[in-house]
Amino acid sequence: MAVNRNFRTCPSTGLVYHEPAEKLIRWNAVAGVVSLLVGGVLALLVTLTRWPAVKLLPPDWFYLVLTAHGLDMLVFWIIFFEIAVLYFAASTLLKCRLATPKVAWVAFWLMIVGAITNNIAVFKGDSSVMFTSYVPMGAHPLFYLGLILFAVGALIACFVFFGTLVVGKAEKTYNGSVPLVTFGAVTAAIIAVFTIAAGAIILIPTFLWSVGLVSHIDSLMYRTVWWAFGHSSQQINVAAHVSVWYAIAAIVFGAKPMSEKVSRAAFVLYILFLQLASAHHLLADPGLTSNWKIFNTSYAMYLAVLASMVHGLTVPGAIEVAQRQKGFNKGLFEWLRKAPWGNPCFSGMFMSLIGFGFLGGISGVMMGTEQLNLIIHNTIYVPGHFHATVVVGTTLAFMALTYFLIPTLFRRELMFPGMAKWQTYIYGLGMMGFSVFMMGAGTLGVPRRHWDMAFSGALMPHEFPGTAYLMMGLMAVSGVLATVGGAMYLINTVGSVFFGRKIQTPDFKRVPVREGMAPPPVPAVPAPAGHGTIGMGGFVAPGTFVLAMVFLTSFVLYYFVNWKYLSTVWPLQ
Amino acid sequence: MSAIQPPAERIWWKQPLDRVEGTWIVIAFAWCLVMFFMMPYWHVYGKQNLSNEAYRSSPEAFLAKAQAMVDKHTVRTVTDQQIPVVHPVPGSDVYLVARLWSFWPVLELEEGQTYRLHIMSTDWLHGFSLQPENINIQIHPGYEHVVTMTPTKEGTYSIICNEYCGINHHTMATKLYVVKPKKG
Amino acid sequence: MSQVPAPQDPADDGPDDEPVPMMQSLIDNPFLLLFLGVAMPTVLYIVWGVMEIVGIPLAK
Repeated sequence: MAVNRNFRTCPSTGLVYHEPAEKLIRWNAVAGVVSLLVGGVLALLVTLTRWPAVKLLPPDWFYLVLTAHGLDMLVFWIIFFEIAVLYFAASTLLKCRLATPKVAWVAFWLMIVGAITNNIAVFKGDSSVMFTSYVPMGAHPLFYLGLILFAVGALIACFVFFGTLVVGKAEKTYNGSVPLVTFGAVTAAIIAVFTIAAGAIILIPTFLWSVGLVSHIDSLMYRTVWWAFGHSSQQINVAAHVSVWYAIAAIVFGAKPMSEKVSRAAFVLYILFLQLASAHHLLADPGLTSNWKIFNTSYAMYLAVLASMVHGLTVPGAIEVAQRQKGFNKGLFEWLRKAPWGNPCFSGMFMSLIGFGFLGGISGVMMGTEQLNLIIHNTIYVPGHFHATVVVGTTLAFMALTYFLIPTLFRRELMFPGMAKWQTYIYGLGMMGFSVFMMGAGTLGVPRRHWDMAFSGALMPHEFPGTAYLMMGLMAVSGVLATVGGAMYLINTVGSVFFGRKIQTPDFKRVPVREGMAPPPVPAVPAPAGHGTIGMGGFVAPGTFVLAMVFLTSFVLYYFVNWKYLSTVWPLQ
Repeated sequence: MSAIQPPAERIWWKQPLDRVEGTWIVIAFAWCLVMFFMMPYWHVYGKQNLSNEAYRSSPEAFLAKAQAMVDKHTVRTVTDQQIPVVHPVPGSDVYLVARLWSFWPVLELEEGQTYRLHIMSTDWLHGFSLQPENINIQIHPGYEHVVTMTPTKEGTYSIICNEYCGINHHTMATKLYVVKPKKG
Repeated sequence: MSQVPAPQDPADDGPDDEPVPMMQSLIDNPFLLLFLGVAMPTVLYIVWGVMEIVGIPLAK
């Protein structure tokens, strides 16, 4: 079989693209952005309905739109983009041909057909079962079938990724260890395999149930296994966006990981423990014992939280070291002040890091505590938390990466560079506000997935305090702001990719590579021993350390404030 | 070199830890242990722990038990639909049925008394969200969850469903009355 | 994370024939990690959880 071995070298970044891989990366990224567009329009409708002063949609449409929003954003946008990241991390970063591009195309089309099938089922109107589709509430069989097809496609794509690692090793495009960013992608792919397997275990019987071949699905069993899919799918994002942070730190600053050992060991902790956190969703459920709950919800003693805290230090730490070596060595924070805040690639990544840590991370660990979950479960605090992790964390990191990919991958100039500068701020700050106000409303008891917090038509309605209404209003205003930021991203990326000025390079050529050979690995430049004389007090990255301590202090305070609050509610045994 | 290139050294495992990283790992791990041990600690010394007591049950069996309680302890009815308000004996087993789209019956409990509250759904998943206390528990069909609960202050509370359960989800709410204990 | 004793050679950027430490070779093996990453949550979360659900007693 003839193997396509055409490569091109990007003249501005030096990255090497394998032609078939490049095409797959582009198409997967485009499919992701299209899902983001659909999900974004739906997001605006959801926000405007939950704005008590606007209440745009009737309940049936609200639940339909909310279902579609959840699926298009949490599943289709993110996984399409992640597949693009996986192919990039394997083929481009390893300077290696992609294994079996034809199979990768089968995977892509399965995912496309699955996503469309699922959306059709939802928009038909008889599958408004939310992203979670808890039984015994049933959806149209096409709903489950679409998800299953999509998952099979994604699983195949993961194995194309693993196959590419094997090809690279066999053809000696790298020696033994893959780049750290690729290692993060390996982590994401491993979590994805578990996620999809768990999804298959639960969605296939549920599909059979929806067509009448299985008589009963147990609701508790469903929730337990479904969350191994539902929560782990969000853990793929964590691994993926942490890799994107490392990648952007390397691209923008030439930052070198502070230590390969620490960063890789932290990823290994993700591989081993991150997925146990699916138990976060079952802390208020009957029948599962506290032993199971405590062990799983804490990722076996918070080892995955430890890993996130390590990444949260090493990413900005690597940036600080790189900046100090460039001469920004004054005081604690000169390195940060002199960072390229006008570069959306950096500003997006940095806000993703801060938002994910301070808002998403702290709130997630707090509500993932067995007892504290009692005062949070199923309130709007929960979507507040995951909009901080998945949107501020993952989506914003992916947006930042896009600004790098458009010139190098699509070879187009950005259409509106000025707009890009502002986009990450508007989107990031809008989304952070959105999350914080949701958490505020959740603390006051406002439920999630609820059409009317005034309970119109109820026999015995509950009256929420005025503050809760205020929070929901502020949430909606921030949400609209974030939608504006999202629209700016979409206009800029879609415009640039289709109509942007082509980047012409005079000496551009595609390089066919001899059969059996890929480009030889770049000889490694020996690193200087130690970091020289930068930093303060024996710390090479004192500014980052101070930031980390600020983070820890807020974490500790917020954690114990919630215990204090829990201790005031009715005793339960 | 950088994170997008393979490690500079062939053997990176032996590269010594940076002081910043080492210090942070020790601090962060200590905090992780504190958070881990808070949970068992609260089981021993804290008062708010969700019970592990649950049974498999059927809608018929559960409704029968709730009906028996309603027959015995109803003190009045509320709303046009004559929903019974039940004032059970303190310390006894109390049943709350969740179904599309209501809770049944309405409970009246005494302040400072402890009750064994049994909750179950007879159809889909529902949520038990006690407001404004903000205690939230998942309700499953087919699983009878026994929660021992002690109201601490008299007043009118709400129980709202906070698990999406279809088109009239937003009407699924009820009251829970807490009164001063009777003398004697 | 246990520190596996590495072969004795304190000079870091030693010759190319220096054996790779065991921990590094484990971390460099994506398929071993794939196995662990699927097996751990399957056993600790799914299997343990399902066993607990199956063991819930019938109501009196």
